[in-house]
Amino acid sequence: MSVESVRRVVDAVWRIDGAHIVAGIARLVNDVGLAEEIAQDTLVIALEQWPRDGVPDDPGPWLRATARHRAIDVIRRRTRYAEKLRLFSRDAEGGVEDGTDLDDHIGDDLLRLIFTAAHPVLSTEGKVALTLRLLGGLSTVEIARAFLIPEATAAQRIVRAKRMLSGVGFTMPTPAETAERLGAVLGVVYLIFNEGYSATSGTDWARPALCSEAMRLGRVLAGLLPDEPEVHGLVALMELQASRLPARTDADGRPVLLGDQDRRRWDRLLIRRGLAALDRAETLGGGPYTLQAAIAACHARAVSSDDTDWGRIAALYEVLVYVRPSPVVRLNQAVAVGKAGDPARGLRIVDALSAERALRDYPQRPAVRGELLAQLDRTPEAAAEFRRAATLTHNESERTLFEARAAELG
Amino acid sequence: MRYLTLLRGTHSTTPPPPELMAAIMTLGEEATKSGALLDTSGLAPSASGARVTLAGGELTTTDGPFAESKEVISYAVYDVGAKEEAVEWASRFLKVHRDLWPGWEGEVDVLKLFGPEDFPM
Repeated sequence: MSVESVRRVVDAVWRIDGAHIVAGIARLVNDVGLAEEIAQDTLVIALEQWPRDGVPDDPGPWLRATARHRAIDVIRRRTRYAEKLRLFSRDAEGGVEDGTDLDDHIGDDLLRLIFTAAHPVLSTEGKVALTLRLLGGLSTVEIARAFLIPEATAAQRIVRAKRMLSGVGFTMPTPAETAERLGAVLGVVYLIFNEGYSATSGTDWARPALCSEAMRLGRVLAGLLPDEPEVHGLVALMELQASRLPARTDADGRPVLLGDQDRRRWDRLLIRRGLAALDRAETLGGGPYTLQAAIAACHARAVSSDDTDWGRIAALYEVLVYVRPSPVVRLNQAVAVGKAGDPARGLRIVDALSAERALRDYPQRPAVRGELLAQLDRTPEAAAEFRRAATLTHNESERTLFEARAAELG
Repeated sequence: MRYLTLLRGTHSTTPPPPELMAAIMTLGEEATKSGALLDTSGLAPSASGARVTLAGGELTTTDGPFAESKEVISYAVYDVGAKEEAVEWASRFLKVHRDLWPGWEGEVDVLKLFGPEDFPM
């Protein structure tokens, strides 16, 4: 096998087993950054040996065992060697050399790793980079490309995050911390999804690979925390939103708005999965992500945009602004209220947001206002709002869309 | 990116060993929990199916079984980052057959589903 094809196999096995391996090593050495370095060393060993000796029959367990041996070596070399070894022996339940695998605490360790990557000592950027690195198995280059940042910046974020975590150890959040930490984890995953779903700059309307990555993380969480309603709510929200990706751009790569999309191009498998996840989330009690998924489901269930149950969507937003008030949610509520047949009330909701600093340069605010004004036949004002939206957006495709709408209205 | 895997083999006259079925269930659970497996199902022998053919402008429907020596036994849909990942899952799947059902032979076709990456803008 050529070095290049071996590299691709190593990458594939790493994507499947890497997070488990890092998590298992982190439990042994009590340091996520160190665990990741040991895991990386293991990959280097595989890349040296496999082209020569062939890919092992069980590549996952091979990497796991090799990583474990590296971890033992590292622990032995540490200064407080004896003490560490005692700790290690206790952790490994029966000593260093009895072949204890890393599989004994697999779900536990992985969950601990996920929670650690979203630790409050980290910046949001650090959480995102580390989550993609440790749990998605993305390289620094891939992370840099996904977030349109220089590779050095991405590398720095990861190094800094690992350093911040070195004093934290590898522990589960206390029961009192768990709800908040889970919220942070879900926030990071949804942030990654949104980065892919709506690229905020450049000509790229969507970067589907990041969406896939976030959905994968969501599914992993759903497997680890099957009784958490919001985990299923987030999975449902992402799968339902992603089901529309194939229809969001036309043949020339221009964005197509929800109402104009060819619904035959929506992904039926993702819709089916999304609705199943939503059902589970609602059965378990729901929450803000579940509400947003329920809104997305209203679109998914509508065969054509005329069939959309805007009344139900407006009612769901009514609840959402109560449990998770934010200017953007209010803005979306205004759209739904307008579509449900009360554009005057929609306009009042938007205008009540005029003092919101967060929305000051947000292109969607004038765009929504423009749409509501158009519904009220206040055409010149509507066109002016779309022209304003066009000057605010950093997304070229979106700018074209707003300018076209302004021209249409005169 | 998504891949469809199709497992082909000879439908055996003897049922597969229960250890194999348990291992397949475990592997499916692992693949689901890793976020890769989106959908999967075993398929009944083609004797319970049919084939609709278009040839020379004529449609004909023929009830199974089909004449091929190997039958499609199951399918799976994986969401992965690269082809090698789907191949790795397919290999793990065949390895449990190798280890738990000596003598059984089959193959897995790993086929890419079209996705946005196939239509670069």
